[in-house]
Amino acid sequence: MAESLAGLDTFPKLLMHHARVRAERPAIREKDLGIWQTWSWGRFANEVRSLACGLAAQGFKRGDHLAIIGDNRPRVYAAMCAAQCLGGIPVPLYQDAVATEMAFPIQNAAIAYALAEDQEQVDKLFEILPQCPTLAHIYYDEPRGLRHYDQPQLMSCDRLLELGAASQRRDPAFLETEIAKGAGSDTAAMFFTSGTTGAAKGVVLTHHSLIDRALAAAQMEGLTDADVVLAYLPPAWIGQNIFSYAQPFVTGYCICCPESPETVMSDMRDIGPTYYFAPPRVFEALLTQVSIRMEDASALKRSLYRYFMEVARRVGGNLLDGKSVGALDRLMYRLGDALVYGPLRNVLGMSRVRVAYTAGEAIGPDLFRFYRSLGINLKQLYGSTETSVFVCVQPNGQVKADTVGPAVKGVELSFTPERELLIRSPGLFKEYYKNPEATAASKDAQGWFHTGDAGYFDADGHLKIIDRVKDVGKLADGSLFAPKYLENKLKFFPFIKEAVAFGHGRDRVCAFINMDMEAVGNWAEKRGMPYSGYVDLASRDEVYGLVRECIEKVNADLAAEPEVAASQIHRFLILHKQLEADDGELTRTSKVRRLHVGEKYAALVDALYAGKDIVHVEAQVRYEDGRTGSISANLKIRDAKTFPPAAARKAA
Amino acid sequence: MAGESNTRAGRIGDVILAVEGVSLAFGGVKALNAISFDVREHEVRAIIGPNGAGKSSMLNVINGVYHPQEGTIRYLGREYHDMDPHQVAVSGIARTFQNLALFKGMSVLDNIMSGRNLKMHSNILLQALRIGPALREEIEHREVVEGIIDFLEIQAYRKSQVGQLPYGLQKRVDLARALAMEPRILLLDEPMAGMNLEEKQDMCRFILDANDHFGTTIVLIEHDMSVVMDISDRVVVLDYGRKIGDGTPDEVRANQAVIDAYLGVTH
Repeated sequence: MAESLAGLDTFPKLLMHHARVRAERPAIREKDLGIWQTWSWGRFANEVRSLACGLAAQGFKRGDHLAIIGDNRPRVYAAMCAAQCLGGIPVPLYQDAVATEMAFPIQNAAIAYALAEDQEQVDKLFEILPQCPTLAHIYYDEPRGLRHYDQPQLMSCDRLLELGAASQRRDPAFLETEIAKGAGSDTAAMFFTSGTTGAAKGVVLTHHSLIDRALAAAQMEGLTDADVVLAYLPPAWIGQNIFSYAQPFVTGYCICCPESPETVMSDMRDIGPTYYFAPPRVFEALLTQVSIRMEDASALKRSLYRYFMEVARRVGGNLLDGKSVGALDRLMYRLGDALVYGPLRNVLGMSRVRVAYTAGEAIGPDLFRFYRSLGINLKQLYGSTETSVFVCVQPNGQVKADTVGPAVKGVELSFTPERELLIRSPGLFKEYYKNPEATAASKDAQGWFHTGDAGYFDADGHLKIIDRVKDVGKLADGSLFAPKYLENKLKFFPFIKEAVAFGHGRDRVCAFINMDMEAVGNWAEKRGMPYSGYVDLASRDEVYGLVRECIEKVNADLAAEPEVAASQIHRFLILHKQLEADDGELTRTSKVRRLHVGEKYAALVDALYAGKDIVHVEAQVRYEDGRTGSISANLKIRDAKTFPPAAARKAA
Repeated sequence: MAGESNTRAGRIGDVILAVEGVSLAFGGVKALNAISFDVREHEVRAIIGPNGAGKSSMLNVINGVYHPQEGTIRYLGREYHDMDPHQVAVSGIARTFQNLALFKGMSVLDNIMSGRNLKMHSNILLQALRIGPALREEIEHREVVEGIIDFLEIQAYRKSQVGQLPYGLQKRVDLARALAMEPRILLLDEPMAGMNLEEKQDMCRFILDANDHFGTTIVLIEHDMSVVMDISDRVVVLDYGRKIGDGTPDEVRANQAVIDAYLGVTH
């Protein structure tokens, strides 16, 4: 990074810098009507100027909040920067949230201005308007279906841009002055945390925090303006915001917006991103797809695939880490690259990936090694909304499946006696919005952020996270119970989509299992097993047998580790429905809300511990259109074999 | 949405299609018996009725597949007799089919492009070679088709073979192909048949959006009363080839003859 970014302490200043230095370079691409349309930095900056002037003409002032609800679109990102130009604060909200979930952020920050992508989002805002009387201006990007809406709050983005262009002509110097007024210590954006742990909180981040972290990681990985990123996760999530807003603004690279959520895979093949982020579940889904397609391939292809994947498993990771590998293995790997790995990377859209990250939850070691063995530089990182993402990143050549790497430059780490991780970093958040108690509870006087995560350093100084501190419980006999640790082990099996383990204060561990419809469905099809749907398949004895095998493997694993040997799973049941964010069972980032699930299905938990073989359940479900209904089923409960703990190595 | 009905009602124009005293018989079976109704520009007009009521026959008469023995059809003020389906299509009336009539082995894109067939003017040799004016023309048509693909949210299936898509999506492709003709009147033959609730809701949204966005006049046949009542401006009810009701959904719902036909009545 040769160019100097000195003095560019806010995102609007960075944008204007790129518009000068690389006006013709691509800033954003979007696939529209089947063709990739390119917005250069120059065009992007012009759009931001017009939007900002338009907002100013509408009375948007320094310190005002702009709610932004939409998928990855150039205008969504332009709106974020436009608000920042005026000293305002963009508040991106999850576009797939139901209306009631949007009410809290809007009330919390008394938001008056909102930008909604389309009719769907506009409808949601009008639905909650009675609870959110402050909302006076709603701008929409996509006019389809909105022709007959005559609410006074509503205005199209195109109209807003016209207003902006007109006011810019009247007073061309206005915006430059506004941008110059901004300082690094100003609030850049507010992100509402998904609320795994209770009510949502608005995390206030400054320009300085976000720019500092974005830059530190970009320097570490050597990102340049030639890099390309596919923006396909919700912009309201800090991670996507870092990769598709903060980092392009510090490096000048180009982000690409997919045509629709369903076309992400083929768009990724079109684009060939060089820098990629996906949570483990995406990598898992991709691998499942590959495996399923391989099973349907011809015998020759299958055996080629099996042979060369074995070669890759043996040497691929070592090659990527720059370790020494024998000449024959090198040759075989090169052959495999021509026949299998190269084409496979191409199908995955990862041919050009230089750096790929995964984070958010633990990734299965087999899954992790699979991608690395293909020559894809997949690494883990650790961070959160409160830390502007980058806390720990695995440097090239020091990648391990079960750690998240050492601290990134500028970050200090420490632990409480309870093993809670503490962080001090320039990327730390300023506060939780209008919530001084929560701020005080998580950020102490010395500036340490209490993460709530339990972990420790391994021998190489890499951070290892085991669970949330508050979730680490004890069985009735006092032995350690880390539910997430168990659940993760279970979820690493392709047939198990989610698992919920119970055991705190109990004499033994029991679990709910959510089967993976795709994998189990395929498995059933292969065996010619007819089934009528999810509920039916989930209740089959064959499927119970399949799941029991997985659990018993986990139990055998656990038995070998003295600290957790007592956490072997004794009984389980397979849930009759997928756990859904719409039903409040998962967070918007697809993490299980264990307490809520435990309460909601208390009868099932009781049945597990009461030793029953069958239990009747009736559950409310919320359909995608917002209506509710109920489904009922009889669930079987089965035992799993447990193993005696490995020889009493537990001397301490 | 309260304001919507007012503004929509304001858009509805003059009668563009009038069916007057149409009767159709197959041998001794009277499929349609002196049916009269009209369709106004920009409205959503539904034809409903129990099985065998003559709904599809009515559509086939408008479409030029059947020629009625009695009665006239007036389209844009002109009476038409003995027009074949091709001529009807050229005059701006498109349709979809109850049992789908897509080219199953072709891609979604090609199927929808085939809907532009009537609008292609360059000669077949140039088209086959894709040179000169034919290429320019194809690009223009492709743009219209891409607009429809975007409109019906089927971008992910552009290159998929139609026969391999789920039924609900095939229905959407069928609608896309009809829309590609940029018709003035769109005849939909049971667009919601065989769909689950979510697919039905999607289809309703697309029909209303097409009506709103392109101003297309819609005539739809539907079995499912509840769906029709939600999206139609006016409804014709047929039973055993006779018209037994005609009016707004509320009027039709209150009509005793309609209630009897649907719920059955002891004679």
